[in-house]
Amino acid sequence: MNLTLQVWRQPASAANGRFVTYQVRDVSPDMSFLEMLDVLNQQLILAGDEPIAFDHDCREGICGSCGMVIDGIAHGGQRATTACQLHMRHFKDGDQLTLEPWRASAFPIVKDLVVDRGAFDRIIQAGGYVSVSTGGVPDANAIPVPKESADRAMDAAACIGCGACVAACPNASAMLFTGAKVAHLGVLPQGQVERSRRVLAMVAQMDEEGFGGCTNIGECAAVCPKEIKLDVIAQLNRDLLRASLR
Amino acid sequence: MTTDTKTAPSIEVRRPLEFTDARLDARIPGGPVERKWEQRQFDVRLVNPTNKRRYTVIVVGSGLAGASASATLAELGYQVQTFCYQDSPRRAHSIAAQGGINAAKNYRNDGDSVFRLFYDTIKGGDFRAREANVYRLAQVSTQIIDQCVAQGVPFAREYGGLLDNRSFGGAQVSRTFYARGQTGQQLLLGAYQALSRQIELGKVQMFPRSEMLDLVLVDGRARGIVVRDMVTGTVRSYLADAVVLATGGYSNVFYLSTNAKGCNTSAIWRAHRRGAFFANPCYTQIHPTCIPVSGDYQSKLTLMSESLRNDGRVWVPLQAGDRRAPQAIPEHERDYFLERKYPSFGNLAPRDISSRAAKEACDAGRGVGPGGLGVYLDFADAIKRLSVPVIRERYGNLFDMYERITGEDPYSQPMRIYPAVHYTMGGLWVDYNLMSTIPGLFVVGEANFSDHGANRLGASALMQGLADGYFILPYTIGDYLVSNPLARITTDHAAFREAEAGVNQQVARLLAVGGDRTVDSFHRELGKIVWDDCGMARNDAGLRRALQRIPALRDEFWHRVRVPGSGASLNQELEKAGRVADFLELAELMCIDALHRTESCGGHFREESQTDDGEAKRDDANFSYVAAWEYSGDLDAPNLHREPLHFDSVKLQQRSYK
Amino acid sequence: MAAAAIALYRSSIGKKAVMAITGIIGYGFVIMHMVGNLKMFEGRDGFNHYAEFLRTVGEPAVPERTLLWIIRIVLLVAVTAHVTAAIQLTRQGVAGRPTGYRVKRRVQANFASLTLRWGGLALVLFLIYHLAHFTFGVAHHDFVRADPYHNVVSAFSNPAIVGVYLIAVAALAMHLFHGVWSMFQTLGLNRPSTDRLWRGLAVISALGLFAGFATVPLSVLGGLIR
Repeated sequence: MNLTLQVWRQPASAANGRFVTYQVRDVSPDMSFLEMLDVLNQQLILAGDEPIAFDHDCREGICGSCGMVIDGIAHGGQRATTACQLHMRHFKDGDQLTLEPWRASAFPIVKDLVVDRGAFDRIIQAGGYVSVSTGGVPDANAIPVPKESADRAMDAAACIGCGACVAACPNASAMLFTGAKVAHLGVLPQGQVERSRRVLAMVAQMDEEGFGGCTNIGECAAVCPKEIKLDVIAQLNRDLLRASLR
Repeated sequence: MTTDTKTAPSIEVRRPLEFTDARLDARIPGGPVERKWEQRQFDVRLVNPTNKRRYTVIVVGSGLAGASASATLAELGYQVQTFCYQDSPRRAHSIAAQGGINAAKNYRNDGDSVFRLFYDTIKGGDFRAREANVYRLAQVSTQIIDQCVAQGVPFAREYGGLLDNRSFGGAQVSRTFYARGQTGQQLLLGAYQALSRQIELGKVQMFPRSEMLDLVLVDGRARGIVVRDMVTGTVRSYLADAVVLATGGYSNVFYLSTNAKGCNTSAIWRAHRRGAFFANPCYTQIHPTCIPVSGDYQSKLTLMSESLRNDGRVWVPLQAGDRRAPQAIPEHERDYFLERKYPSFGNLAPRDISSRAAKEACDAGRGVGPGGLGVYLDFADAIKRLSVPVIRERYGNLFDMYERITGEDPYSQPMRIYPAVHYTMGGLWVDYNLMSTIPGLFVVGEANFSDHGANRLGASALMQGLADGYFILPYTIGDYLVSNPLARITTDHAAFREAEAGVNQQVARLLAVGGDRTVDSFHRELGKIVWDDCGMARNDAGLRRALQRIPALRDEFWHRVRVPGSGASLNQELEKAGRVADFLELAELMCIDALHRTESCGGHFREESQTDDGEAKRDDANFSYVAAWEYSGDLDAPNLHREPLHFDSVKLQQRSYK
Repeated sequence: MAAAAIALYRSSIGKKAVMAITGIIGYGFVIMHMVGNLKMFEGRDGFNHYAEFLRTVGEPAVPERTLLWIIRIVLLVAVTAHVTAAIQLTRQGVAGRPTGYRVKRRVQANFASLTLRWGGLALVLFLIYHLAHFTFGVAHHDFVRADPYHNVVSAFSNPAIVGVYLIAVAALAMHLFHGVWSMFQTLGLNRPSTDRLWRGLAVISALGLFAGFATVPLSVLGGLIR
């Protein structure tokens, strides 16, 4: 199949960007979306142009590096699928696709489709952990954890920190990301001691980074490649209100 | 020299081989194997708590080994600087490990013990690992699970609230702890969170999107690194009292592997060129259960967890060239070759053996799917026995991933799988303290060679990375720091200036070629050479052919590569070019090592050395050693040093999983 | 406690909580309002009597209109707080994404959730008109202070005014369709097990209030109430 791509090109953070149109020919339906971009980039290099910069690494949907808004939808609109696992069989000959970077003031553009998601790291650094140092911990089976709790913790902990939630949110809110970590640690017995401190610190950092507030629209959960559910946001709200008012 | 294994399963080793170099003293503590680690922990000199903050340690890499080491060193009080090429330490490729992590907890009461885990690992590694290291690994395995649970890693649980286990290849006990199919992710996030805590406390300075491009030695000791900031292109030096490399393996030398696209050998290769010995570079692991290649554009291979082999049955059609749909092939016309050849381990035979069996079937024309490069992994029986919901509960995310990539539904038709390069057991040589032949340069995780011998068992990589980072390095590095007073210098020292100039020169050189071929085209070509001649099966002629072709390709690279853009900004082609340049050098060393080791062992299968029924045949009399290669200044002629392997606690046997 | 409340309000979640709590007040109010409106079907005396009751409720314990004014003040404070927080959050959201997407498609978001702010703005404008119309009478062509029944009937005899009210009531229904569920979510009272319950309540609230509020103007226009 042949495709027309309109790609956001921006040489550097401070530079102005613009859309550039590219034709990609003979795309195989078995290619991944990023492999299609690889093919285009190889052509650009040989033609003397600069290839399109995009973040990617594991290419199996777990590292969270890749991400771009493909025709208006973060990661391209296949349920539970990152851009690297999105395959071209979902597109058809003659499609015109617009590729844009995540857009949020908390995620400044580095180059083309590459953004800086350091804000997410700083939210975790603010408190997204259990403060145990190496050694001196109890036996792993000393504290039983109900299977339901472990499963719920795992559901939330599956977050890969790709930033699609922020990209899709009309307010560029990071509530789903923050809520996922708060929910993961908040349902486990190991996370109880610091539960209040954690949520207060993480939310304060989240706001400081310049993310918008949540209007409960739910686009974040809908595009989340790991299908993190909106109830982590309810838990985040619950934990924050409880921590603030006691 | 070889022994007929059928009549004599146990082999007497001619020993000991002499040390060829004092630098290869592994400094293994005396005493019985089970006391060695305790002995070393007692023997090491401790650093006064208030003095620890005067020491700076550089950690390169933020995977399981790097993140856990960074966090633990910082907790102890050291000043830590951690570097990674990803935009966040959370993205290191440890995150992609699916299946699980081994630990000798014996929670199942099925006969597991530290000794059994040690034995399984030594045997799984085909008796090419250092006994004392492996025993220590098995010992600390239990602490790892405790640590991770305390961090909030959501391991799978039973209804009673206790930890669940599954079994894995190469073991007959259930000792693998797991978090759905995302164990590596959860363990890495645990370590990342511990690291994040230390960053917040100001004990770790984190440098993401930063690539180490050289190691700096002062007075023969590792004192720092030269790093390129991948966003601004700035080349800068960082000074420390010790350097820890936790930069993973070099599977990407094959171009197609299950590693992340960015995984590279540059850090360890630069260290090698600065004097660190490279051990057993030819030991690479081919993982049996990956999704087959679909076309030329293929950029990587995707692994399906080995845990799938708990319930899936591997088969090919009995008749070569049988092109019928799998469901149309009746039971008696199928060959469940792993169950047939290895009845006691069946579909859970170790990785090297399973991979080779699959290759054999495909070579015989019985492969399935495009190009005949695939075998079936069939869940029909398991679904009949357990129901679709149970299978979905166990493997749902893996099945979904398979369907996303192939467009086929594994609930209704068998998966197609094929072996792919997955892990490299070889790496920089380290002693018992995890220090390389360069004083002050420590190497942890997959980047070192130490624990897996010639083949790694499933669920052992996570164990080793975390053992090194949480529990071993933090002890042993203190001994080095306190025992070796270092000169007070700054990064203005001539050694730093020289290394920086070298890095700048290399960048300029890559940009200046301006040729007509892309970096990727060279990488693909290199990968094909290494896969064909130094892949799942190797032979003298093939390796010699590769040794002709690799230097020629390297030469062509430096004349025809095209790297667009500039060095002064984010330039992904430039990053790739530097990595491929290093792969082009490493590949040659791999082939030299593979050529010199005329025995078969683990993942290194020399066609010249096999038993009558086609199994790998070791040559313990001549090759029971670690091959540690020293860079001689001439890539074609590295110096070989041998560290003999002694086995006091286990008997060498021809590995059998029949 | 006060310091904690101020700190909480500084966070986006705190502002949201204020919106949820003031939203509950408003929600309660519109339900009462709708029930009161339906007294139009009891005829002139019934409705005017009810209006009189609202003015005099609490007598003789407190003077006339005391409770009415208390309610009005509570409502005024609630609406002010709701709108203030909404404006602050909107500004934060706009600042969160200074450059928009050229192409943006929604995946699951419904119209009501995406237009909550515009709907809210419309409701504020309507509220001003509504107060001027029926409370103060300045926007009414034939206002008789002592006869609310008359005021209603004379107003809704004009199809244009009925149209305005229907649009406003539709906007209110949309606002609640998302807002009622959102209240529970924001206050952390939503769990996977309750999600359908609160969604259901939101739908019923929206439909019920639309029907209840639309009945009176339509009945006047259709001649059922005269």
